[in-house]
Amino acid sequence: MDAVVAEKLTKEYNGKVAVRGIYFRVHYRECFGFLGPNGAGKTTTVNMIYCLSPVTSGKLTVLGMDVRKHPREIKSRLGVVPQENNLDPDLKVLQNLLVYANYFRIPPATARSRALELLEFFDLADRAGEKVDRLSGGMKRRLTIARALINNPELVILDEPTTGLDPQARHLVWQRLRRLKERGVTLLLTTHYLEEASQLCDRLVIMDRGEILEEGKPGELVARHIGQEVVEVGLERMEEAATALVVERTGHLLREHLEVGDNLFLFPREKGQAVLQALQDLPLRFSHLLLRPATLEDVFLKLTGRGLQA
Amino acid sequence: MRFPDVSPLVWQVLRRHLIVFSRNWVTNLTFNFFEPLLYITALGVGLGAYVQDMEGLPYLHYLAPGLVASSAMFATTYECTYGTFVRMEFQKTFHAMVATPVSIDDVIVAEILYGTFKSVLYGTVILLVILVLGLVTSPWALLVPPVLAVAGFLFAILSMIWTGLVPNMENFNYFFSLIMTPLFLFSGVFFPLSGLPKIMQDLAWLSPLYHVVNLVRSLVLGQVHPGLLGDFLWLSVLAAVLFPLSLKLIRRLIIK
Repeated sequence: MDAVVAEKLTKEYNGKVAVRGIYFRVHYRECFGFLGPNGAGKTTTVNMIYCLSPVTSGKLTVLGMDVRKHPREIKSRLGVVPQENNLDPDLKVLQNLLVYANYFRIPPATARSRALELLEFFDLADRAGEKVDRLSGGMKRRLTIARALINNPELVILDEPTTGLDPQARHLVWQRLRRLKERGVTLLLTTHYLEEASQLCDRLVIMDRGEILEEGKPGELVARHIGQEVVEVGLERMEEAATALVVERTGHLLREHLEVGDNLFLFPREKGQAVLQALQDLPLRFSHLLLRPATLEDVFLKLTGRGLQA
Repeated sequence: MRFPDVSPLVWQVLRRHLIVFSRNWVTNLTFNFFEPLLYITALGVGLGAYVQDMEGLPYLHYLAPGLVASSAMFATTYECTYGTFVRMEFQKTFHAMVATPVSIDDVIVAEILYGTFKSVLYGTVILLVILVLGLVTSPWALLVPPVLAVAGFLFAILSMIWTGLVPNMENFNYFFSLIMTPLFLFSGVFFPLSGLPKIMQDLAWLSPLYHVVNLVRSLVLGQVHPGLLGDFLWLSVLAAVLFPLSLKLIRRLIIK
């Protein structure tokens, strides 16, 4: 049995199809990711998982229960971190957790000890009596995650957990999420940061325009579609002739190449260094020439012809 | 129309509102307390000195019970328009709640009950004030709080319907100037409607506040008659009929 099972899951609203008959399974105790640009249908999908948006058609089972039939039971065993921090600004930090615990019918004494524990875990213990508005963006995010854990959930859904955070705050959140996973909590996250996906996810799906394009382990996806390395080429004047020349001279060394805007991406068969060498021998001026490790973003580029941040 | 999905968790949501209320009740109460007191002083005492007896009563005695009803109405309608909207739209409190076992219907019902609570509380406070001023002349006044509860429930529903229909801040001004103020002026708070043209009297019958004023004034003055059951029934039936509509309209703003 899996934590989440979706079969031909579809969501339409306002005459638009936001999710187009997708299939996926989230295993227990793994960190599963939805990677894709804004508007890909990631949030719509998780909204259906935590029973906010009704399913238009298809099957969706969460913790073994049908979302249509058992929303309250499902929600009582989930933790939800929405895209926007919706902490209660009328309540102080600790109160936010305690009042939230009431919605799960957690006895006051249990709620209190659990809330204090969570504040400790998220480095917020000294802020317990403070107003929520006084917290920094990173602290608010950590408090929102803490709140999602108040009911000891089996599955935690994180919608863009670190969007809008500075790098330091982001790393702190990642560190805590990894510790949660070590404790056996199943995590499901959406993100458009490839680094986040590769840092945290055991498995992920790449989503675009309501569809799942690929599924697998981050490293496997990169190896399968791209290889080890990528040579990024910026031609001074992006002319067809120049592009053709590059492709002609390096083609035998490449698995594939991709033109995106002003950039040319070359995916070497083996050593990227050899491709670089071949390029430098060409009578062309490059605005940049970069050999770097292949990433999920390259996979995304290849699958959609567009970047993730677009 | 879907059957309401309401559970005992309504109480937990209402409790959240009461916790927030308990943190700044002094400010809240003072504000709502001050305004009716101004009316009592300016109109009841000031204007009243020049006004003949109204329906056989000194003007202050006539006016005071009406203000109990209108204060209750305003307390509820402010809460369930501006208050509800801020929680729903700016604070996203509803979204946070429905991610827990709480259902959207639980949230909406708790909003309505919080509005009802405010009606009872603010109306009763004014009732106590006029009691101290010697303007309450009958023990029937003990029935005023339950009347305020039904009235509050109805006004909360009406406010939620408006909020559901035109969910933005600017439109609440219309609600108050186009609907609440005319209700306030033409529901028998300040003067009996018998002097108005027939059409105005008929229109007044459609005003919920008119029925609340009838009930509160009669109870405060001990002029109890079977016709009051009609007013009570009018309020209860309208509330029962409109309740599902308020659920439906707010639900569609959250559940997409």
